[in-house]
Amino acid sequence: MDGASLQRGRRPGITVTNTERTLLEYLVDISENHSPLDFMLIADHIDKFFYGALLTLEVTLISLVVGGLMAIPLALARAYRQPWLNRPIWCFTYFFRGTPLLVQTYLVYYGLAQFDVVRESFLWDPVLSSPWWCALITFSLNTAAYTTEFLRGAIENTAKGEIEAAKACGMSTLRMMRRIILPSAFRRALPAYSNEVIFMLHSSVVLSTITLQDILGVGRWLNGRYYLAYEGFITAMLFYMALVFVISRVFRLWESHWLKHLRPRETVEA
Amino acid sequence: MTHNQSALAVSKLYKRFGDVEVLKGVTMEAGVGDVISLLGASGSGKSTFLRCINLLETPDSGSISVHGETIQMITGKSGAPEPADMSQVIRLRARLGMVFQSFNLWQHMTVLENVSEALIHVLKIQKEAAVEKACMTLDKVGMLDRKDYYPAHISGGQQQRAAIARALAMDPDVMLFDEPTSALDPELVGEVLKVMRTLADEGRTMIVVTHEIGFARDVSDQVIFLHEGAIESQGTPAQMFENPESDRFRQFLSNALH
Repeated sequence: MDGASLQRGRRPGITVTNTERTLLEYLVDISENHSPLDFMLIADHIDKFFYGALLTLEVTLISLVVGGLMAIPLALARAYRQPWLNRPIWCFTYFFRGTPLLVQTYLVYYGLAQFDVVRESFLWDPVLSSPWWCALITFSLNTAAYTTEFLRGAIENTAKGEIEAAKACGMSTLRMMRRIILPSAFRRALPAYSNEVIFMLHSSVVLSTITLQDILGVGRWLNGRYYLAYEGFITAMLFYMALVFVISRVFRLWESHWLKHLRPRETVEA
Repeated sequence: MTHNQSALAVSKLYKRFGDVEVLKGVTMEAGVGDVISLLGASGSGKSTFLRCINLLETPDSGSISVHGETIQMITGKSGAPEPADMSQVIRLRARLGMVFQSFNLWQHMTVLENVSEALIHVLKIQKEAAVEKACMTLDKVGMLDRKDYYPAHISGGQQQRAAIARALAMDPDVMLFDEPTSALDPELVGEVLKVMRTLADEGRTMIVVTHEIGFARDVSDQVIFLHEGAIESQGTPAQMFENPESDRFRQFLSNALH
């Protein structure tokens, strides 16, 4: 019993004897020796997982916001074939959608550091030397590329008649975009965007490969420290599942609010 | 039915799509309060003519004036004509209400939002006042009880009445109707025509492209028959229907009535 626990090299403070057992000791015993998952070990480190979740959420959400805001003008320029912008934007989305996020992140984090110019530039110290910033920049550009393309599709699918009606009542091009085209395109893009958000959350595991302690990072750390793969990775998985569950719930709420006009008449209370 | 002031004057309008000359110099004038029906077989250019009036299509040549103000056109870089001043076109469009064959309501907005949208964002009316005006207009077309419905949740006739309210709420100088009943089931045509008759009785200036011979005969001040992009004959309903001069119009009528 003690031998097993020493072998794994943990909790030197708690020695379990058969004579006087507290509830805690009893649980630790079950957890270490009988349970397939050492839940007490997980419980000991659960705060680390919550901090990891915070980092995962922070980077994912900020890059979704930044990338999403970038995608709006890019998608408009693509949809309306702006002569000087369309090709470069296409190249940008092709590159970011055509290569793995992991490679992109390595290029920015490890790659840029090779250049003296970069290391000596004013961006180096606060930004490009930090894995957090490198991940944020790469993730933002990556999600901007995906969002640009499906938003472009949604913009191009605006009903011709609705655009004519907007013109006919005297809207300028800008007002028509703001009041008719984008609101209708955002609604059409909403289901696709919920996928993008979930993919982005999953892709954020890349953080753990550039020294950051996101959810998977904590799982990896636990595995490295105690040689217990299941404990760390299953906990990480449960955290991701819980986050995805919340995200899809939020999107389902949004869809029932913003896509009311697409539901069958009977299900919409007037 | 006063004819003292010109609400809309279109002169020598030409338009071609590729090799096809759709309009071959169409001239038309509408006085304030006039109701003009445009008849013609499909492909005669009547819808194109109407769409040229508010520049949804750009005419190749000719001139359009709304209340004496002529839309300035120039030749663009590509050699095609284009408006000299887009802001003039935008301003005049707000004074030309348009009703489409397929309604073209904004699907993501309720009926009320459809009607108040341009009041708030084009005419810059305060929101409360705009909503009040939209409700009054909806009441007029009998759609007030459907104001919170989305277009997809109401019938075609109701959608078209909402679309008429959308154009009407702007209090336009001229209303353009592009085959407003052609996309409707036969039993829904009546409710839309009834609304249009009310507007005509109130002295609205209306240009109506239609297949409804009865409406053209009973409601219009003037009937214009287009054939292959040119005016084949025109006159008051009495002149046109009681004793048609044009053989082609007589032919058109006998086809339409069967």
